[in-house]
Amino acid sequence: MALITYRDALNQALREELRRDPAVFLMGEEVGVYQGAYKVSKGLLQEFGPQRIVDTPITEEGFAGVGIGAAMAGLRPIVEMMTWNFSLVAIDQIVNGAAKMLYMSGGQFNIPIVFRGPGGAAHQLAAQHSQSLEAWYANVPGLKVVAPSTPYDAKGLLKSAIRDDDPVIFMEGETLYGSKGEVPDEEYTIPLGVSDVKRTGTDVTVVAWSKMVTVALKAAETLAADGISCEVIDPRTIRPLDDAPILDSVRKTNRCVILEEGWPYAGVGAQIAYQIQQAAFGDLDAPVTRVTGIDVPMPYAKNLEHMAMPSPARLIAAVREVLYLD
Amino acid sequence: MKKPMPTPTMPEHVGRQLVATPKAQLVDMLYQMLLGRRFEERCAEMYALQKIGGFCHLYIGQEAVAIGALSTLRPDDLIITAYREHVHAIVKGCDPGKVMAELFGRRDGVSRGKGGSMHLFDKQKGMLGGHGIVGGHIPLATGTAFAAKYQQRDYVTLCFFGEAAVNIGTFHESLNMAALWKLPVIYIVENNRFGMGTAIERSSAIYDVAQRACAYDMASETVDGMDVLAVRDVIGRAVDLARREHAPTLIEARCYRFMGHSMSDPVHGHYRTKEEVQEQKQQDPIRSYVDVLKAAGIVDQQAVEDLDRKAREVTEQAIQFADASPEPSPDALFEDVYSMPYGPFTRSEQ
Repeated sequence: MALITYRDALNQALREELRRDPAVFLMGEEVGVYQGAYKVSKGLLQEFGPQRIVDTPITEEGFAGVGIGAAMAGLRPIVEMMTWNFSLVAIDQIVNGAAKMLYMSGGQFNIPIVFRGPGGAAHQLAAQHSQSLEAWYANVPGLKVVAPSTPYDAKGLLKSAIRDDDPVIFMEGETLYGSKGEVPDEEYTIPLGVSDVKRTGTDVTVVAWSKMVTVALKAAETLAADGISCEVIDPRTIRPLDDAPILDSVRKTNRCVILEEGWPYAGVGAQIAYQIQQAAFGDLDAPVTRVTGIDVPMPYAKNLEHMAMPSPARLIAAVREVLYLD
Repeated sequence: MKKPMPTPTMPEHVGRQLVATPKAQLVDMLYQMLLGRRFEERCAEMYALQKIGGFCHLYIGQEAVAIGALSTLRPDDLIITAYREHVHAIVKGCDPGKVMAELFGRRDGVSRGKGGSMHLFDKQKGMLGGHGIVGGHIPLATGTAFAAKYQQRDYVTLCFFGEAAVNIGTFHESLNMAALWKLPVIYIVENNRFGMGTAIERSSAIYDVAQRACAYDMASETVDGMDVLAVRDVIGRAVDLARREHAPTLIEARCYRFMGHSMSDPVHGHYRTKEEVQEQKQQDPIRSYVDVLKAAGIVDQQAVEDLDRKAREVTEQAIQFADASPEPSPDALFEDVYSMPYGPFTRSEQ
């Protein structure tokens, strides 16, 4: 085991998969000469050359489509969005192209492609550069949506995403790139669609993914000091959602808080809450509660930004609420 | 509002094609045009009978573009088109019965009944769809050309779209990348003068569509899209260039659709007059080609009638095949959303 950053874990996954399969290539803005806007592709141009590490113009819709077309012709593209915010100009290609091609061609053209890049808010990047778009993409049949929270998960899930024969939306946490974690020296993969229990507990189930896992674990630590035991479950894959461990946990704790960085309206948490009430209504001792990003475009000012983001304090309040402690 | 749009004629090229093209292929091109025409005429009737649903865009009047262009291809070359593509699919080798079955929404359709008129796919034949979002497929063609270069293979991609698609971003993004990376793709603008009901003069700052290639330092040509041999001549050069040098070309084929934009649009109405359509029909590409072949002594009237009878018979057989094909099974609703199964867990809801 080695202690490495989330960024380096992703870099290892890319490097290993590029070595493993010559049909795999990486394209996007600044992925080559510049070594990646966030340095995730550092060193790859030097090892694999410009044919496989392809710097593109700033033309997201165009190169998203180039990736899909290349996939139709037998390649396995990894398309980097410098951030997911910029994917919105490419969303026609992702939704009308990648997601639907297999279905509308009657099973003839699967699209083995990974769209990856950082999502979520960083620090004072304001409205257009601070958003979590999981719910947008998770709404679409034909897409898989992955949002890892640790270096271990990031590497294992990215390798599976690259080997997957369908389009995968891979959302990295912009502020997680420097976070560190243990990653095995030997090769491993983590299947898409498998939840992971990040902390076991007995009183309340907390569901969180990507960097919200960090917030959840911090809050759980604080709550533990008050004798409140939280179980933190990280679905890791938003679509397909492995809800069985979530339901098992809720049947044990009888309470659930969903922590989500994105907006509340029609958010991923709403879907998870629906599935919990559908399958475990009789087990609930309190309504399922959500802690989400506030329902506003992200403000720039530091204090307002802080207010708009989910925090350990807000999660702690929600946990105490479902326990009827306040 | 109507502006005259001169179509350059290239009789010397026509003559050259008559000499260079095998006689059997020249005759087959006429057959393909007749088949395309008869197939689409019957599609209009099938639509009226509600055997075909949804949006249905017919190709009548534009046959010379698809037939001329596809006559230059090898079987391993790829085509990708917008949604007026029944004839492209058939000429690329798709079985007419399976195309008609797709239009009928039946199990034996090329896309197993799940694509319909706008989404005809046939992987074996190199038909990469049928796409319904204007301009959306232009980057896909750029991508298959990228793959050809990546794989160090020499197949080429033909990408067909209407003149209205040249004002959307994907057109410009694609041309830039294709020229920058030298990709073996030929972008074929079928300029039938109208994006639905909007004439090119009302939608485009430049009427001369081929000029758009200048912005990307790309080879371009304008061709009379009502002249099948002229199309073959020009596209043939572009295909050679793409195969030899991996270089892209933009081709503007000036043509005219004799039908409305779709089956829900009358032939003439708010945006063009009956007289204009009648005038354009004088340049019917099939009649013109018959005249050329007759003058060259390649076919006589009897041969033309025989070919037309065969085209009608194949169309009738396609309808019979489609009629006999069952609807997709209910199971098909959930098939092919993903090619790999969901993860190793049981979903709480389907």
